[in-house]
Amino acid sequence: MRDRTLWTAHLGAGGLILVFLGLHMAIMHLGLTGDGLGVPGDKAIDWASVALRAQSVFFAVTYVILVGATLYHGLYGLRNILLELNPGPALRKVIDVGLSVVGLALFAFGTWTALAAPGAATTVGG
Amino acid sequence: MASRAHPNRLGIRGWVGGGRWGFERYLYTLHRITGLGLLAYFLMHIFVTSTRVLGPASWKQAMDAVSGPLFAVGEYLVFAAFAFHAVNGVRLALIEHGFLIGPPIEPIYPYATSVGRQRPLAVAVMIVAGVIALWGGLDFLTLR
Amino acid sequence: MADARPRTVTFRVRRFEPGRDERPRWEDHRVEVTPGMTVLDGLWKVKEQSAPSLAWRSSCRMGICGSCGMLIDGRPRLACNTQVAELGSEVVAVGPLPNFDIVKDLVPDLRPMFETHRDLRPYLLRDDTEEQDDPTREYWQSPHELEEYLQFSYCIKCGCCMAACPTVATDPHYAGPMPLAQAQRYDSDSRDAGFGERREVLSGGDGPWRCHFAGECSQVCPKGVDPAKAIQLMKRDLVFDLLRLRRRKPPAAVAEAPHGLPREGIPPAPPRTVPEG
Repeated sequence: MRDRTLWTAHLGAGGLILVFLGLHMAIMHLGLTGDGLGVPGDKAIDWASVALRAQSVFFAVTYVILVGATLYHGLYGLRNILLELNPGPALRKVIDVGLSVVGLALFAFGTWTALAAPGAATTVGG
Repeated sequence: MASRAHPNRLGIRGWVGGGRWGFERYLYTLHRITGLGLLAYFLMHIFVTSTRVLGPASWKQAMDAVSGPLFAVGEYLVFAAFAFHAVNGVRLALIEHGFLIGPPIEPIYPYATSVGRQRPLAVAVMIVAGVIALWGGLDFLTLR
Repeated sequence: MADARPRTVTFRVRRFEPGRDERPRWEDHRVEVTPGMTVLDGLWKVKEQSAPSLAWRSSCRMGICGSCGMLIDGRPRLACNTQVAELGSEVVAVGPLPNFDIVKDLVPDLRPMFETHRDLRPYLLRDDTEEQDDPTREYWQSPHELEEYLQFSYCIKCGCCMAACPTVATDPHYAGPMPLAQAQRYDSDSRDAGFGERREVLSGGDGPWRCHFAGECSQVCPKGVDPAKAIQLMKRDLVFDLLRLRRRKPPAAVAEAPHGLPREGIPPAPPRTVPEG
């Protein structure tokens, strides 16, 4: 894919992150809007809150979007920096392929952890 | 004919060396540094929060491991970096789509540039990011 | 009027002699400052008085030709356009433009910049080759359409923007501010139809996507061309084109012949005002 498309997607992902990470930060860390969503802000990382959020479709969708958008935006940004350091043609290829593989793997992992029920791994694993 | 010219590319020095030049150069550098910091945090964050699939005990263990004043300060730095990167990112997204820099003009000395034209926005970015960072600082470091 | 500024300054000049010097070195020369003296005048004095082998490029002495771009007191400027007094320092450091190889002393190798410039086809691209080869009339353009690119056409290709750009500082593949601004100059010309052709090059990894608006190119441009503006407008055009939001207009047509006025061929010579013989 050409850089014009990649760059446009980079900005699009940035817009998504702005909305969803802003929301995520507000809920998880500032505790400002948490009560309205049934998650008390100061208890956001308590297991009860975590389990509650895990049942919510809203949070599941938000997490998947955030993981995807942030990985793309962040890794494309990293690629920009690395490519501007003038690597040789072989290293360029390694950077492109490497970042794509890392990004896809982390997206798959992040999506799984976002969608799986809390404790799923222990349940499945016995 | 082989060139006997001497290479004179500035290298990384050219990225960070702003000298007496415009402060957008520093915003550019800070945008990169905060971006790298946020990416590093995010990758760590995926793994730390993924412990939720291992059940309550693992979750609590992970949360305990990343608690304490050092992590609170670290988390706050991430928040402040996010505040800057996000607000500056909005500025860049607007500018890089040709907004807020004005149309092409007749260059008459002393020259008005797109950089000068968007300067109020760049200043506003710093103020808004500063206010968000301060507000977050109160919450992160005092209200807990 | 008494002038408190020093009557002499030190010209700290970067020297490099290929084949003799391993690396560039600094060389100091005292120069008496006269009112209105430019850095270029100072270099001539240095050459006349103490360093006859000192090399640089210059021609017009008035900021038109773009030959004398140099790194003066840490900032890319035209030597002919910079007064020694305006620098306000006792030591005037003069080096070759960075981000270009040094040919000798203050002479940078600008070839990579011009090669990229050429690759971006900085001229009107149109289908009507016959009309271009053998023009019958001018292409019609309104004053408003002229303003869309006029600022960018003042570029004198001095290379100061390339020396100030942080991306060019590490990435030799990046097209750079000058060639990109010139590509935009033609892309935004209502007589041009080359957007599609230039897009093939510009959409790639070495195009305007490597610009992150550090803004230095526009700060140092001695002609007020504002390459950063051109590059952002270019990105808008390319992204809007990708999203099918760009309005396409056919290139300007050949202007219609004015009605009732014979303008065919070469106009007849005016009647003589001095009697023959």
